Amino acid sequence: MSSTPTREVARRVFAREFNDATYTFKESDDERAPVYVLLPTGARANRIFVVGTLTETEDVGEDSEYWQGRIVDPNGDTFFVYAGQYQPDAAATLRELEPPAYVSVVGKPRTYETDEGDVNVSVRPESITSVDETTRDRWVVETAERTLERIKRFESDTADEYVEMAGEQYDLPVENYRRAALEALESLEDEETAAEASP
Amino acid sequence: MTDLRTHAEEIHEQFSDQLEIDVEDVESRLDTLVNEYKVPLEEARRSVTNGYLDEAGMERDDLGGGGGNEHVELADIDTAEQWVDVTAKVVDLWEPRSDSIAQVGLLGDESGTIKFTKWAKSDLPELEEEHVYDLGNVVTDEYQGNYSVKLNRTTTIEEVEEDIEVGDDTRTVEGALVDIQNGSGLIKRCPEEGCTRVLQNGRCSEHGEVDGEFDLRIKGVLDDGNEVQEIIFDQEATEELTGIELEEAKDMAMDALDTTVVADEMRAATLGRYYRVTGPTLGRYVLVNDLEILDEPVDAEQALIKARSI
Repeated sequence: MSSTPTREVARRVFAREFNDATYTFKESDDERAPVYVLLPTGARANRIFVVGTLTETEDVGEDSEYWQGRIVDPNGDTFFVYAGQYQPDAAATLRELEPPAYVSVVGKPRTYETDEGDVNVSVRPESITSVDETTRDRWVVETAERTLERIKRFESDTADEYVEMAGEQYDLPVENYRRAALEALESLEDEETAAEASP
Repeated sequence: MTDLRTHAEEIHEQFSDQLEIDVEDVESRLDTLVNEYKVPLEEARRSVTNGYLDEAGMERDDLGGGGGNEHVELADIDTAEQWVDVTAKVVDLWEPRSDSIAQVGLLGDESGTIKFTKWAKSDLPELEEEHVYDLGNVVTDEYQGNYSVKLNRTTTIEEVEEDIEVGDDTRTVEGALVDIQNGSGLIKRCPEEGCTRVLQNGRCSEHGEVDGEFDLRIKGVLDDGNEVQEIIFDQEATEELTGIELEEAKDMAMDALDTTVVADEMRAATLGRYYRVTGPTLGRYVLVNDLEILDEPVDAEQALIKARSI
């Protein structure tokens, strides 16, 4: 109803699903219209929020700084984050942080096609901040819940347009993502049990 | 076709007291515009309505909703250009900024509050603060996502004896803080009495170049993965959120010869973390009165039981 442009929600997604989200699209012909990646569980994403373990940073730029960060989720799957001169704050954070460290990233999904014809999915950060483990754990639970909600909608009879689109564009069993959500939650439980067992 | 018919009936009803017209006539005018000239329906409706207004020698303000408006609660107003009836208390009267406005201020009912404007040319009786009125035939309006109601010359005003407990529209939202917007951190406000506008490059949009007064605030965005909510922290809430107090922020800015270092520091300390905030709704914002940092360990068990059951 409102005429003010609404801010895009930041999707919660594990790396296994995110890295499979190779199909991009726009909702209008306008040059400045937002680009969405299509999550295989049937939702569009123009922004994501990730909390994980930064395991490695590297300046992969040739002429100017271009920082790559690897952020790993509890399943051991990796989000690739790239920040250059147009993301100076995020680039500075990647330059300064000492891995391993827990980080929060708000960013935009980006895809690019390799010479071999594969499509790689990465994150262009709007912000990266160093956080603690409880924030990471909260994200894991939240992301598992959001993922399972999407899968539930995907499998219901009342498919919306993005669920249909995912059916058309991908040949990926959503079972993979259900398992990713489950394994991520189990890893938290294991940590807890281990913590309780030790005096 | 049925769609045009519905619109035709609505227009017909608006004019049935003033003009001898039938629904078919209205519908055929709409049909010509929409189907022959490919005018969007909304524009066609406006055009046809204006045509009848001319014929009847009426002003747009005279129209009203054709009688029988919906009586609504203030918090439910979420569409512009609706004719509605409300019962509300005048919570606050503000200084009108223009001669064309007779009165401007805040109305409240149990559900919340909304801004109102009363035009000078509408020639309506004075509303008094703390009094409760039945207001018939007001028009809703929207500006940058904020709704208001406008009193016009067809508006009926009747004072009501009973008092209303005005609701403050308090909401609780939680999520990750995903953005701190421009205009956050250490800011300067216009010192002119009753102004408090935030200065841009030392200038107030109303009073020009002024010697501003320092303040802290954060305009942020909470996001739970399904919805976003814009929130505002005032000085006190900003200090609680960031641990940075006004004096300290001034020192930081002084050392760096730059006020933006304050917002940068605040971003590093707060972005990407989870919060629960409670406060009154003001337009598209929730004003943070109560802040809870969600940093206690989370329990994965419930989620796991649910996940396994699917």
